Amino acid sequence: MATTVSDSNVLSVPASPAQPTFEKKVKATGEAAIVWDRFRRHHFAMIGLGTLLFVVLVSTFAPLAPWSPNAIDRSLTDQQVMAHGFAPPSAAHWFGTDELNRDLFSRLLWAGRISLAVGFLTVGIGATIGIFVGALAGFYGGWLDTVLMRGADLFLSFPFLPTLILISAMLHQYKFSADVTVVQVTTIVGVLALLGWMDTARLVRGQFLTLLNRDFVIAARALGADGRRIMLVHLIPNSMAPIIVAASLNVGGFIIAESAISFLGVGVSPPTASWGSMLADFQSYLRYSAIAVLLPGGAIFITVMAINFVGDGLRDALDPWLRNR
Amino acid sequence: MTRYIVRRVLWLIPVLVFVSLITFTLMHITPGGPWDRDKAVSPQAIANLNVKYNLDKPAWQQYLLYMSNALRGDLGPSYTYQDRSVTQIILGGLPNTTSLGFFAALVAICVGVPLGVIAATRQNSAVDYTALAFGTVFASVPSFVLGFVMIIIFALTLHLVPTSGWGKPEQYVLPVLTLGLNQAALLTRITRASVLDVNRQDFMRTARAKGLHEFLLVRRHLLKNALIPVVTVIGPILAFLLVGSLIVESIFSIPGIGRLLVQGISQRDYSLIMGTTLLYAFVIAVLNLIVDVLYGLIDPRITYR
Repeated sequence: MATTVSDSNVLSVPASPAQPTFEKKVKATGEAAIVWDRFRRHHFAMIGLGTLLFVVLVSTFAPLAPWSPNAIDRSLTDQQVMAHGFAPPSAAHWFGTDELNRDLFSRLLWAGRISLAVGFLTVGIGATIGIFVGALAGFYGGWLDTVLMRGADLFLSFPFLPTLILISAMLHQYKFSADVTVVQVTTIVGVLALLGWMDTARLVRGQFLTLLNRDFVIAARALGADGRRIMLVHLIPNSMAPIIVAASLNVGGFIIAESAISFLGVGVSPPTASWGSMLADFQSYLRYSAIAVLLPGGAIFITVMAINFVGDGLRDALDPWLRNR
Repeated sequence: MTRYIVRRVLWLIPVLVFVSLITFTLMHITPGGPWDRDKAVSPQAIANLNVKYNLDKPAWQQYLLYMSNALRGDLGPSYTYQDRSVTQIILGGLPNTTSLGFFAALVAICVGVPLGVIAATRQNSAVDYTALAFGTVFASVPSFVLGFVMIIIFALTLHLVPTSGWGKPEQYVLPVLTLGLNQAALLTRITRASVLDVNRQDFMRTARAKGLHEFLLVRRHLLKNALIPVVTVIGPILAFLLVGSLIVESIFSIPGIGRLLVQGISQRDYSLIMGTTLLYAFVIAVLNLIVDVLYGLIDPRITYR
């Protein structure tokens, strides 16, 4: 991503009044605008983006939900409902209630906050670590490269899900004084980032190795730029394309991972709502209310699918920069 | 090539040491011990149990004892099932997990690869869009969601198959499909991308210009080249099938290694946790090695230093 388009915005060629004028507005002036233009042509990616924005918006405004997520509704008087919950959807409860008569709609929204937070935060932190490690390894090479990459290989040798479950279960034993949910989300993000930075590091290192032979880097060196400047100003910005694509696709994976460990009971603990833990709770109530199981599952599915669409769209939009290597 | 294989095999040793060290440390630094059960156990009993299982020795000694036993194949006694050793328990669960993984792999490969090839050779047709839809949808659904949806649809509503258990053929259907369809979707996408890539290349154009029949073209030229990236991805897929069985086994109550691990963690059965984690790490490392070697054998352009 080295050059910028700096020419005029509007191309218009009116030859003489007798001939028709061809006006073509070229609106894109910067690389971001070009990427956005390419992205916009992807219908699925735009649908995904719209869905994702909707989910993010709705989750951000979760505090405005009609019910508090842990509030048990004791006003329901139907015999069945009092026995085992799962009131059907009504005016008061848009999606009905769960097994403890808590409003499903509100719980879904609050759970969305956790899942989205975990997904984006993990990718952010993991990508940062990965860029850092990969940059050092790729730029300086030599023994630093070997050490860092062997370290990454060691981290990679851990089977992802069992290690994740193991560490989460271990961390579950500790009692913390601060707000439980925040602490748990932090630990989940930390563990996931720790197990997920390797791919980014490899990507960045590969990019650096290719870029180091490009003319503009050699020129920068000749002009006397030091390592830090070359990395920050030249190398990292030009490596962002594959990182962005990989990161956007990883968000979905981390959301699924968080749901998985909450499902197995070692993620977010009750009464906090998480799509995974809701699924686990509803597991035994399959015969009472199939809808209840489908709701958090559907939420995960829609969110992750939207993210995958956006990731695919980004990959196609950034294709010139990806293929340029 | 042989040097590469030897080097990779030797690399397994530090990897396993590292994994076992980390797992061991993790287990021992967290509060709570294997004797924390609902029933209170008297301190004297705890002390005796600790002596019997060498838990009173310093940590590093325990670690060395464990590793020296493990190298001889004895993974220690299980703390929860006290009449059996971990090796026995793992060997008991291994056939179930292996058969689950094997059939899921079969589903993934037999559904994913042909679908990808057909979709790519008939680009932008109905088949292509269906395959793409299948690929995207089933790649976004996590296995536990898919499992529940399938249970609801096929077991509870249509009563075609039972909801859980293992052993009878009809009990295999849902778990295998749940585990395999996810990976099938992934394989479809990768195969399709790879076939499209190869199709554009010059040698394919030449073969077509020479008038080679389409079917022969596919078999003789296309598949061999397009399947190379697919083979490289099969390693991680197999590893995922092994690991992903964790969740599927929990949903469908299959007595396999995954469920053992989850139970072991919740009951803090140290040796069981160590044993299964080591097994996972070992199998995944070996799988990756086999795939890398295969890759080098299939593609004559690759030479290993």
